[in-house]
Amino acid sequence: MSVTEKSAETITGGAASAASPADYIALMKPRVMTLVVFTGFAGLVAAPVDMSFISAAIAIFALALGAGAAGAFNMAYDSDIDAVMRRTRLRPVVRGIVPRAEAYTFGGVFTLASVTLMALAANYVAAALLAFSIFFYALIYTVWLKRSTPQNIVIGGAAGAFPPMIGWAAATGSVSLDAVILFAIIFLWTPPHSWALALYKSGDYAAAKIPMMPVAKGAASTRRQIMIYAIAYVAISLAPLATGLGGMVYAGAAILGGALFLVLSGRVLTSRAGEAGTDEDGLYDVRAGDRAARDLFAFSIAHLALLFAALIAEHGAGLHFAFARFWS
Amino acid sequence: MTDPTPEQTPERPRALTADEEKARKRRNVAIFWSLIGFILLIFLVTIQRLASNISAGG
Repeated sequence: MSVTEKSAETITGGAASAASPADYIALMKPRVMTLVVFTGFAGLVAAPVDMSFISAAIAIFALALGAGAAGAFNMAYDSDIDAVMRRTRLRPVVRGIVPRAEAYTFGGVFTLASVTLMALAANYVAAALLAFSIFFYALIYTVWLKRSTPQNIVIGGAAGAFPPMIGWAAATGSVSLDAVILFAIIFLWTPPHSWALALYKSGDYAAAKIPMMPVAKGAASTRRQIMIYAIAYVAISLAPLATGLGGMVYAGAAILGGALFLVLSGRVLTSRAGEAGTDEDGLYDVRAGDRAARDLFAFSIAHLALLFAALIAEHGAGLHFAFARFWS
Repeated sequence: MTDPTPEQTPERPRALTADEEKARKRRNVAIFWSLIGFILLIFLVTIQRLASNISAGG
């Protein structure tokens, strides 16, 4: 860095920044954090071991902080491609309101804080899983996979699948078959969910030169793979019924919701979603031919939320962990 | 003595604008409360662990 560049940064960054706390919260991807907290909470509640309210609350908070740290790393590293895509062009680092170096520092500080809190409030297994999930999202997915392979979100989806496993580990101190099933549910949910979005936002990804499946392999191949992963996802979502993790409420959500998931995936398969055209601006705005993909994208979020809400309802209805043992 | 080249000229910090001053104050307040919150969380975890260990030992 030359003297001139360094001086310019001193003036425009640091104390001279107009960034507000809200800009730093935006760095943490609050919407992603919400899903992380929700699925992590489900894993914690579904675990067969009671956890004190204080420890559970702090463990979930640590999980949220960890997700935020990973989000900050992602926004710092991806600011160049975020600037190209309409969906991400207003992010704080892209707008220059939060300097890239600060976003990295922010991510580092919150990684340390979240892993420390998890280790103290829960156990080292949960803390190690949290640290690994941040590492996986920030380095394996963001730095390596995202720009190099159409399988980016298939493998990278593991990062988003960790929260229920971390919640489970926070309560039990270990990882069991049920925790792996919860992980697998989100892992197999990610490809049809992400590719449904990518089908009707492929123009954005192409402009940013991200090899998302529709860009790299074409829309038809993506629609077929969505169908294959949808079948695998619906199948694995029934596994908790076999292990006893899911009860009647979960069975309803998994069977009825799964059937609808397959119907919507079938509609995408037979549609012309992702064929040429210009992307619309909003997250849910689509060209006429892309409606099937948009519907699957929207329903996929609702279905995953429904499955984990069912687990919370069944295992947490008595709130046995919350009030019986507030402190210990 | 020769004058420094433009690249060597030391930059003088300029005064912050009113908006920048306000933003800096908001950030400082947020950092303050974040630190207080973190300390409280560590305190709570410590007390909870003490209570847990005492009840397990007793």
